[in-house]
Amino acid sequence: MNYQARTALFIVSGLGFLCFYIWGLHGLPGLGHYPGPYGNLINSLTVYERHATDAVTAVNFDYRGFDTLGEEFILFASVMGANLLLRKQKDDREEDPPLDRAQDRVVPPTSDAIRVTGLALVLPIVVFGLYTISHGQLTPGGGFQGGVILASMPLIIYLCGDYKAFDRVTSHVLSEVTEAVGAGGYAVAGLISIAFGLNYLTNFIPLGQTGDVLSSGTILLISVLTGLEVAGGLVVLMIAFFRQTLVYRKADDESRGQDEPSRQ
Amino acid sequence: MNQAASEFLRMLPFLVAAWLFVVGLYGIVTSRHLVHLIMCLVVVQTSTYLLLLGVGYKIGAAAPIFADIPVGTPAVDPVTHALMLTDIVVEATVMALLLALAIQAEERAGSVDPEQLRIMRG
Repeated sequence: MNYQARTALFIVSGLGFLCFYIWGLHGLPGLGHYPGPYGNLINSLTVYERHATDAVTAVNFDYRGFDTLGEEFILFASVMGANLLLRKQKDDREEDPPLDRAQDRVVPPTSDAIRVTGLALVLPIVVFGLYTISHGQLTPGGGFQGGVILASMPLIIYLCGDYKAFDRVTSHVLSEVTEAVGAGGYAVAGLISIAFGLNYLTNFIPLGQTGDVLSSGTILLISVLTGLEVAGGLVVLMIAFFRQTLVYRKADDESRGQDEPSRQ
Repeated sequence: MNQAASEFLRMLPFLVAAWLFVVGLYGIVTSRHLVHLIMCLVVVQTSTYLLLLGVGYKIGAAAPIFADIPVGTPAVDPVTHALMLTDIVVEATVMALLLALAIQAEERAGSVDPEQLRIMRG
């Protein structure tokens, strides 16, 4: 199908979609008139039933924990898929490495301001990531958000250093193990509740005092496991993408006779 | 405020969601570059955020965090927030998977234009 025909087909079907959508909107309760009892029920029960003050995290890791397990494995599968696609393959590039198209382009050195700000941010980011993971049951946060914050630490180091510095603070094996432990641990946490004679992923750890960090039972445990998985998975992804770029760069550096690897 | 305007405002998030969905889809259909196509897919996905938040919103309600407000205060639906949260993280990794596919397509077929990717090879 050519370009014009495709666009024409799209415009017709897009208009059709819009008509049906607006027609469908008339059956919805309007904005701000939430109809369902489910959300209200969870809001009023979270603190009593789970000793967690953040209803969103309670939904994620407890009430709908099984759904989050599935979502976590989507994440796991796509990280594995990206890794598989970006692996070093025998048949590409070995004989004829492509060169950088702008050989005489000078890579500007990292400015001191970025170095200083970046390095000053490294530790606060780690602490903030751990805080976000461990306080997910109390205030907005949890494993997903905290994991992403933790994974941004190596990126900051890359920004204010170079790939070598990034390579030193990350370990491919370690981040893969972290990811696997996080993903597998979530599933195992569910199995432990079966061993206690409860349903899969039922809260089996003592709930503790509402408002404490060590409260709300398995919500905290699963939050930490999810944090490990997200942080590990993102670092695995970064390493895979960086390696992909470095194949081009190495060829470039050799042809220019430079020793230190330049950044893209 | 008159009736028509309030009716329009009532539907605004859902209309913006529809607009984002359609405009992202338009980008996908007419895309000439795989990276552009992936970004358009992200635009399509952002429409789900608006839709979910719009469904869960309650007038005058607080965020569903009871750390500093008493239990029983009207709060918005936490389920839609939880859905959105996982949605964002999963979206980021799925985007990485798609970008990896784009890199492979560039290597295998020598092009990132979807028009040029007609040949299937094993």
